[in-house]
Amino acid sequence: MSRPMRNVLPGDALDATDRAILNALQDGFPLTPAPFDEAGAQLGIDADDLIHRLIRLRELGAITRFGPFFDAAAMGGAFCLCAMAVPADRFDEVLTKVNAHPEVAHNYERTHKLNMWFVLATDDPDGIERTARAIEDETGLKVMLFPKLEEYFIGFRVQA
Amino acid sequence: MTAPDPGLDPVDRSIVRATQAGLPLTRAPYAAIAQQLERSEDEVIARMQAMLDRGIIRRIAIAPNHYALGMTANGMSVWDVDDGRISELGAQIGALPFVTHCYQRPRALPDWPYNLFAMLHGSDRTQVEEKRRQVEALLGDACHGQDILYSTRILKKTGLRLRDAD
Repeated sequence: MSRPMRNVLPGDALDATDRAILNALQDGFPLTPAPFDEAGAQLGIDADDLIHRLIRLRELGAITRFGPFFDAAAMGGAFCLCAMAVPADRFDEVLTKVNAHPEVAHNYERTHKLNMWFVLATDDPDGIERTARAIEDETGLKVMLFPKLEEYFIGFRVQA
Repeated sequence: MTAPDPGLDPVDRSIVRATQAGLPLTRAPYAAIAQQLERSEDEVIARMQAMLDRGIIRRIAIAPNHYALGMTANGMSVWDVDDGRISELGAQIGALPFVTHCYQRPRALPDWPYNLFAMLHGSDRTQVEEKRRQVEALLGDACHGQDILYSTRILKKTGLRLRDAD
């Protein structure tokens, strides 16, 4: 189970090149035999330097993922935002049960009566309902489904 | 698990499975995946390109940990917007530079009157609240209620995983 560290990196943890890497590679990474050479050339560093910096950035926790981002819907599956109102004294127990499902792609605690918000990503269209019902059976709590009806922006960009 | 998408054959699925946790950090990452799957590098690249072209792979990229990078205030702002105006206004809000992940979603009455979700990020909540006021101003009298849910913990972040049993 993945529970990323929630620490802010000290201001001097990343140098200008690290920040340039984080900014540039959010937009894309080459699909070619020597992609680190190509991406590095754009940044003015060689492939080995880029690879070593990426390994370090990953160890520092500055990167959560590096690789292909899949669209579950295009694969015949589905995504759905879900929410639960979890009593405080059951939070850890329910969290363990929810996160045990591989369909739970990410999960956030939020400041609301609906305090657990997670995304289900499944590779078949029935997976959302099936997983939500399984979580309800296991926890005895209602899983509210908030499927997207329309998307107004695609992508996520932070300035490093 | 049966009946996978006919557009995604078993070799494509093996590539999805081999890359869904991330690319190997080696000089020739696609060759490394090809070797693991006992295919050629050319075939792996061609199949991944085809999946990119078809939108099955949205992009190959880095996802930075925005929290680690100092964007520690992350609010899911939610809005009750007139159904007749939501598409027009949603597009305007989605175009704001500080808004990520802007969606129309169903209300769940009576508890949840909100039909527009817009993620707002900042280095502290004061910054996020300023952005929230900008969204509020843009929505004007088409908005009948709002709330913001700050994230207090990332509980899991793995992305899509294909199930093993298929």
